Amino acid sequence: MSADVAADVGSDVGSDAEWEMVIGLEVHCELATSTKLFCGCRNAFGDEPNTNVCPVCLGLPGSLPVLNAQAVELAMRIGTALHSEIRPSTFARKNYFYPDQAKDYQISQYDQPLNLGGWLELPDGFRVGVTRAHMEEDTGKLTHVGGSGRINAAHHALVDYNRSGVPLVEIVSEPDMRSSSQARAYASELRGILMATGASDGRMEEGSMRVDANVSVRPAGTTAFGTRCEIKNLNSLRSLGRAIEHEAARQIALIQSGEKVKQETLHWDEAAGRTSALRSKEEANDYRYFPEPDLVPLAPDAAWRARVGASLGPMPADRRAKLVASLGASASGAEHDQIRAVVDLGLDALVMAAIEAGAPAALAVARASNEVAAESEAGLALTPESFAALVSMEGKGTLSATQSKAVLSALLAAGGGDPAAVAKEMGFEALGTDALVAAVAEVVAAHPQEWARLVDGDEKLQGFFVKAVMDATDHKANGKEVAAELRRRRG
Amino acid sequence: MSGASAIGAAVRAGERSARAVTEEALAAVEVGDADVHAFLLTLPDEALAHADAIDASVAQGRDPGPLAGVPVALKDNLCTRGIPTTCGSRILEGWRPPYDATVVEKLRSAGAIALGKTNMDEFAMGSSTENSAFGPTRNPHRGDRVPGGSSGGSAASVAAGFTPLGLGSDTGGSIRQPAALCGVVGMKPTYGRVSRYGLVAFASSLDQIGPFAGRVEDAALLFDAIAGPDPRDSTSLPGAGPPTAPSVGRGVEGVRVGLCPDLIDGCARDVAARVYEAAEALAAAGAKVDEVRVPEFAYGLSAYYLIAPAEASSNLARYDGVRYGLRIDADDAAAMNTATRTAGFGAEVKRRIMLGTYALSAGYYDAYYAQAQRVRTMVMQAFERAYASVDVLLGATAPTTAFALGAKVDDPMAMYMNDVCTIPSNLSGHPSVSVPFGVGDDGLPVGVQVLAPALQEALLFQVAGAVEAAAPA
Repeated sequence: MSADVAADVGSDVGSDAEWEMVIGLEVHCELATSTKLFCGCRNAFGDEPNTNVCPVCLGLPGSLPVLNAQAVELAMRIGTALHSEIRPSTFARKNYFYPDQAKDYQISQYDQPLNLGGWLELPDGFRVGVTRAHMEEDTGKLTHVGGSGRINAAHHALVDYNRSGVPLVEIVSEPDMRSSSQARAYASELRGILMATGASDGRMEEGSMRVDANVSVRPAGTTAFGTRCEIKNLNSLRSLGRAIEHEAARQIALIQSGEKVKQETLHWDEAAGRTSALRSKEEANDYRYFPEPDLVPLAPDAAWRARVGASLGPMPADRRAKLVASLGASASGAEHDQIRAVVDLGLDALVMAAIEAGAPAALAVARASNEVAAESEAGLALTPESFAALVSMEGKGTLSATQSKAVLSALLAAGGGDPAAVAKEMGFEALGTDALVAAVAEVVAAHPQEWARLVDGDEKLQGFFVKAVMDATDHKANGKEVAAELRRRRG
Repeated sequence: MSGASAIGAAVRAGERSARAVTEEALAAVEVGDADVHAFLLTLPDEALAHADAIDASVAQGRDPGPLAGVPVALKDNLCTRGIPTTCGSRILEGWRPPYDATVVEKLRSAGAIALGKTNMDEFAMGSSTENSAFGPTRNPHRGDRVPGGSSGGSAASVAAGFTPLGLGSDTGGSIRQPAALCGVVGMKPTYGRVSRYGLVAFASSLDQIGPFAGRVEDAALLFDAIAGPDPRDSTSLPGAGPPTAPSVGRGVEGVRVGLCPDLIDGCARDVAARVYEAAEALAAAGAKVDEVRVPEFAYGLSAYYLIAPAEASSNLARYDGVRYGLRIDADDAAAMNTATRTAGFGAEVKRRIMLGTYALSAGYYDAYYAQAQRVRTMVMQAFERAYASVDVLLGATAPTTAFALGAKVDDPMAMYMNDVCTIPSNLSGHPSVSVPFGVGDDGLPVGVQVLAPALQEALLFQVAGAVEAAAPA
C-alpha cells in the first residue's frame, strides 16, 4: 500500500478553494497462463461452473500448492516492462474467512514481492510511480440466488471455484495521479503493456483486469494527503473515470460542509452513478499474514531474468513512436489519437506491414483507426498484404475514399481477400481516361448555363460539376481526376 | 505376527499368501481391538482385494515389492481415495477424499496392504490420543494407560501385534512419543524426505510422515518405501537417498555419540536411567560417547507452541462448512461458519486455533510468532554446533512411561511437556527415532531417542539398530 497519511483538511477550507485529487490505482491482472497458479487445472473464462477444479484449488485437506513457472515468467515480464527490480521473493498467507476462498486464506506475496518499484510513462510523458507488482491467487466467484439477487436479500449463494487459484499480478501505483483522465490514461496504458507482454488478454469486461482506485482530495498547493477511500472493482475505463469524479466531488462536498472523510472501502454502482460503503477500514480484517510454509522462496536467477528481458517485444509507447516516425515530420494531433487507437487495438503490426509494402502511411493509419478498428476482431484476421494493397489502391486514386471504405468493409466481413478482385466485383473499376473525358463532356453539355457561369469564374459551380460527374459514373470516377479535367476544359 | 521383512520375503517367495497374512491381521483386530481401539475403520474388502492382486502377481512371477503382503495401519490424517479420513474430528464427518496421499500410493506400489485407518488426537493435537472425537485408544501393555499421541492408534496397532507396520505423522513428537509409550520403534524423517501431499496439515513447516515398526530394520524398510521426492509437494527434497535398511546391523564402532543431558534431565528417574544404560551399551559396542550440552533445547517447547498453533490456525480455517464435512446451518454464511466450527472442533483444537490466531495478530506478531521463529533459528544453530563434534545425539523420547488415561486431560501444560524432548528435531527438521530400551519402574516400556543431522537417516537407523541390539530382553 502507498504511504497515504490521513490529514485533517476539513476545518479551514473555504468553498472557493481549488481542490486537487490524489489518486493511486491497484490493478489486478489475471495472467493468461494455460493452467492455474498452484495446480494443473485449466485457466479459462466462461466454462461450466466447478469443472476446472481439483483438490488443490478446492483447498481440500492434504492438498499442497506447486508454483506455476509460466505464471512466474509472465509476472517477470510485467515487472520488466514496468522497470521494476525483480527480486528474490516469498509467498505469504492472507487469512480471512469468505465462502469464495477455498482455503479461507489467500496465497499472496506480501513483504517480499517479485517486482519492486518501477514506473509507467503516460503517452503525454508523465511518469506514474509503481510501488510493486506481486503475484497472488484469485478467489472463486459467488452468485447470490433468490430474493432480489442482491447480497443481503439472497436466499443462498452458489460458489464457482473455476476462478479459484487463477494467477493474478497486482500492480500497485504510487499516489501520483491528479485527475480522473490521468487515472484513465494510466489504466489504458497499463492495459496496453499487459497485453504487449503477453501477460493478459486485457479483457476488462471478463474481469481479466480489475481496477481499485484510492482517491483523496486536498486543497491545491498543499502537500499533506487527505483521508482516502478505496473504490473496488471498477471494470471499465469509463467506470474508473466516473467513479473517481463522483468520489472526489463527494469528498469535497463532505469537507466543505464541515464533515470529515471517513476511510472506507466503496462499491461503485455504474447504473446509479454513485459510490456506496462496503465496509469501514477501521473494522477491517486483521489478515494475520505469515510466510506460506507450503512453498519455497522464489528467486529467479540472473539467467532467467535476462531471458525474460530479451524475449520482451516492444511496448505500446515504442510502437506508437514507430508509427509517428513513419508518418513523417509532423503528425497532427488527430493522427496521434489515431495512432494511439491503432496500437491499443494491436493493429499496428498490420499498419506497419502495409506501410512497408508501399501503402501511404497516413492513409493506412486512418483506415486502421476507423474502419478496421470498428471491426477489431476481424481486423486482426486481415492480412497485411490485402490491407496494404487496398490502401495503395486508394492512395493511387484507383479507388475513391468511398469505394475504398466499401471494399474494406467487404474484406472485413469476408475475413480477408484480394481488394482488387473485390473492387472489381463491386463494380469499382476506375474509369479510363477516355471514359472520364467523355463523361465530363456529357455533363457539361447537359448543363450549358452552369458551365458558362463556371467558365466566367463562379468557382462555386466546380463542386456542382464534380458531383454531377461522380453521380453520372456511379462514383467510379476519381474525384481529383474529374476536377482536373474540368479545369483543363475551362482552359 | 512376525516382522515386516520376514512377511515380505515369504510372500514374495510364494511361501505365504498375502491373503492369509491379511486375514490373520484382520482377525487379530477383530478379536483384540475392542479393548485397544487402535482403529477407527478397517478396510477388509479393499485389503483382501489388494492381497489377492499381490498373490496373483507373485503367481505370475512378478515382484510385487519389498513390502509384499505386509499389513500397514494408516493414521487417519492420511488421505485415502473414497475412504473416510477424519483426523479424529467431527468436522470431517462424511468426507471421503477424492485422492490418495503420496505415501499411500507408494505403500501400494511397494506391495503393502492398507489394513485400516487409526485413531489419533484430533488434527494431531495431543500426546495421548484422548483428544480423538471418537474416544481414546488404550495402551496395549496396560488398558488403563494412554498409548501416547497423537499417532496413538498406529503405535498401538503395532504394539498389539495387529499390524507389523504403521504410518504416523510427527509435528512435535507425535510418532516418537507414542512409540516410546507403546514399546515400538517410531521414526520422524528429515523434513522434506517424505511427501506431505495428502497428509492433512496441522503445522505445515513441522509435519512429517514416518514409520512405526516392531523392529528397527522394519522401520527402515518402511521409510525406504515412502521416502523420495514428490513434484506435488514443493517442500519435498530433491533426490532419493540411498536405502537405509542395509545400514541396520552395521554396529556403531567409531560412531561419535553425544549424550545430551538437556534431553534427559527433565525426565523421570527410571527413564533417565535407561538412557544412560543405552549410552553405556553403545560405548561397549564401540561407539565414542561424550556428553554434549545443548541448553537452547529448553526454549524449543515455547517456540513450538507458538509456531505450530499459528500455522494450525490458518490450516484449519478451511473447515468452514462450505465445501465438505460438517455443516451446521444458520442465518448467514458467517453464522454458519461459527456454528459449524463450534460444533465440529474439540476443546484442544479450539485452544490452539485461538493461541495461533493471537500469535499472528497485528501488534502481537513480532512478540510471539516472529520471536518464536528466531528461537527456531537458534535451535537449528545449536544443533549445528553440536554436530560439529558428534555424529548423533542420544536422549530420552518422553519424560515418563505411559501415564494413566485421564491424568492430564485437564492440564494442557502438563500434556504439552510430553513433547519437550522430541520438539527440537521438528524445529530443526532433522531426523530422529525412538527405540524401546527396557522398562520403567511400572514395568512399562521406555523409549530412547537417537537424533541425527539432516538426511542422515542411514546413520540414524544404524545407531538405532545398535540400541535395539543392546536393549534388555
